Amino acid sequence: MARGLAVTLLLVLVAPLLLLVTSRSADAVTLCVPKKDETACIAGTMGSRSDPIADVDVVLTKPDGTTESQTTAEDGKFSFQVDAAGEYLVGVDPETLPKGSELRPPSNPTLEGPDGALKVTVALGQTRAATLTVRAADYDDSTSKLEEAVQSAFNGLRLGLLLALASVGLSLIYGTTGISNFAHAEQVTLGGMVGYGFANVMGLPLWLAGLLVVIVCAATGYGQDRLLWQPLRRRGLGLTQLMIVTIGLSLAMQYAFQYFVGSRTVRVVVESATSVELGPIRTTVTSLVCMAIAVVVLIAVGFALLRTRIGRATRAVSDNPALAQASGIDTDKVIRLVWTVAMGLAGLSGMLYALVVNGIKWDTGLQILLLLFAAVTLGGLGTAFGALIGSIVIGLVVEMSPLVIPGDFKYAAALLILILLLLVRPQGLLGRAQRVG
Amino acid sequence: MDDIQNILGAMMRVAIDPQTAAVAIAVIGLNIHFGYTGLLNIGQSAFMLLGAYGFAISITQGVPMFFAILIGLALALVFALVLGVPTLKLRGDYLAIVTISAAEIIRYVGRSVGIGWLTDLTKGAQGIPGSQYRAPFTNLSFFGDGSTTLLPFNYTDVAGGSVVVRLIGWVVVIALIVLLVRIARGKVALTGAARTGAMVGAVVVAALLALFLVPVTQRNTGANGLWFTAVAWTVVGLSVLLLLGLTRSPWGRALRGVREDEDAMRSLGKNVFAIKMQALVIGGLFGALGGMMYVLPATVQPDSMGRTLTFFCYTALLLGGAATIWGPVLGSLIFYVGRAFVIAVSQTYLQDGSSPIGFMSNQQTQQFAFIVVGVALMLLVIFRPQGILGDKRELRFNV
Repeated sequence: MARGLAVTLLLVLVAPLLLLVTSRSADAVTLCVPKKDETACIAGTMGSRSDPIADVDVVLTKPDGTTESQTTAEDGKFSFQVDAAGEYLVGVDPETLPKGSELRPPSNPTLEGPDGALKVTVALGQTRAATLTVRAADYDDSTSKLEEAVQSAFNGLRLGLLLALASVGLSLIYGTTGISNFAHAEQVTLGGMVGYGFANVMGLPLWLAGLLVVIVCAATGYGQDRLLWQPLRRRGLGLTQLMIVTIGLSLAMQYAFQYFVGSRTVRVVVESATSVELGPIRTTVTSLVCMAIAVVVLIAVGFALLRTRIGRATRAVSDNPALAQASGIDTDKVIRLVWTVAMGLAGLSGMLYALVVNGIKWDTGLQILLLLFAAVTLGGLGTAFGALIGSIVIGLVVEMSPLVIPGDFKYAAALLILILLLLVRPQGLLGRAQRVG
Repeated sequence: MDDIQNILGAMMRVAIDPQTAAVAIAVIGLNIHFGYTGLLNIGQSAFMLLGAYGFAISITQGVPMFFAILIGLALALVFALVLGVPTLKLRGDYLAIVTISAAEIIRYVGRSVGIGWLTDLTKGAQGIPGSQYRAPFTNLSFFGDGSTTLLPFNYTDVAGGSVVVRLIGWVVVIALIVLLVRIARGKVALTGAARTGAMVGAVVVAALLALFLVPVTQRNTGANGLWFTAVAWTVVGLSVLLLLGLTRSPWGRALRGVREDEDAMRSLGKNVFAIKMQALVIGGLFGALGGMMYVLPATVQPDSMGRTLTFFCYTALLLGGAATIWGPVLGSLIFYVGRAFVIAVSQTYLQDGSSPIGFMSNQQTQQFAFIVVGVALMLLVIFRPQGILGDKRELRFNV
């Protein structure tokens, strides 16, 4: 019964990935292919994909000071092949830009070179994207606050949904076993890394890669519980010890990623995504598809928790393991299922995260671990729906706080919100007071 | 044999490194939190970072060193109070989540470049280079210039440095360490002054013999030189004495009482909240002191004092044995020396080009060492949660 449901649930989880098929952009023309240790590419589009600008001279300044230029065609694309690693400058000849427009300086001021050029650091064997956009020469920098807020809220919602995929599992694991799993974020990284392996290295289609990511990650969850957590439960190891075991696991996994993949950022999909505009919101097709997948999967998980027998059993174990066991629920089976599904969800979250931010690195998980914990604690430790709400709140705080405070405080702001909430409502938004102890 | 001597040399350099001593001091603080009181503080690196920032920024702003140290300690004190007030009344895992979050907030603020005056003080993610705040400390040195080989009389002076001499020497060192551990665990029938005397004697003989077998040459005064080593290990010694005094006092017994059964302590009329708060503050002060020592030979770089450092502290503490006097020092030594051993062995035997079976790049040998550390931490907690010196009966460490 449980196994059958597990399979069904998994299928429900992965089916939406099929949607990803449609998101592959058909017009991707790869002009330059980097060769490992020999050449590298700097490629991009002048203007935007939906509105490319032709006949602009794009100028590449090499580290030794020499320049090379290309004139963009109808599709606005440019692509330089270089044979040395280093810092390059990508700029334009301002004479060739359409009348009354100028190059928009990069949003990150440390990447800004002279004359609005973009600094690009490239290593051999890589393709680096350089995005050059234009704005009116009399451009007023203060876009309407409202539009900015809408855009940030959208990004926050996107981050929140991806966090939710991972934190629901984290919360269920905490609820059913009491473990604060510090290695959970590494499972998110693992999802992205496996996706990179399948989609980029092996060249499988994206939907198949996504399906395999979920299966592989869920299998790691099953294996972990079978080989590690269940034996430790039987030994009666304390919760503090278990938590430190997860810390050890997370350290080992982080450095295993570095050992096998290296410390660079790897991309699941090589082409840059097609961007779309929905009213004031600028985003990519990939982002929209990823958000849709996250929503569908979260609804499926919620439905499974509320309406299926195994879901009710899970909630019962989460509430009171001893009582659940006494009433005939096979807690070991439920916990095994929770580990499997939670790791599958974390893997999916990692894959989608890698697609949305276009890259994954050994410490990607490390960076979002605390956001996950903050989301879970904010919503109420051990409550699956609390984790969902907590994730959305944290996502919104992270993306919207730069509207009022400097951008690099955004993670700090999310954690500060968490600490402040614990002051007034320690059980979290949806938790019950008796859990606080 | 040369390979082995090189590996031993690398291990010995790490063993006397001032940063190893600095971590030992921070671990002593963590021992008060976690070992004695049962407070799950996963933000010890923040206490270290605050101590380091307070110290380094004060000196770069022209404050005398004595007051700079006090400012570093004061920052840690305030941090402990801010953390403790909301969380010490809640269950243990809330303290864990709040401490790790607060530690990350400190790190993010330290590395941010968003606020001009703050970045001028902290220098963002690049950090404050040691050369800007090291001078007052270096100037205190009375060791003079030049360099010194620790223990000028070494194995090369006996029988031309023959292999047999070294092997016998290492057997004796290992025997002494085993003896030390047995005395510390109370397996040898010695009490009072005789026990202390035997331990100190064994430590001194083992250290001298180890230096005899693996001589290390250090500059007298420069960064990471003999002056730094001497001061750092002296501070470790004083901290251990202080810990001994604290934990043998009635207050130390109260700490253990809180760890074992809060309700029982409450029914005895003790103010559990106050005791926890005192423990958090005192452990945090040790952390700050360790942080200052940690950055003296290096740089105040927020990213090098993040969660990973806290996790290393936990590994060292659990390795040595939580709630023991010597556990933190022993654990830090074994942790860092062990890591140096893994790195040195894999660089000598597993690295591309250095041996016929080599398959790792230089970076991979470092990462391999970290993987070993992570797995070792897991195995340690699973199979020997009390560490080398700890007592399983005393310590169920469940919070």
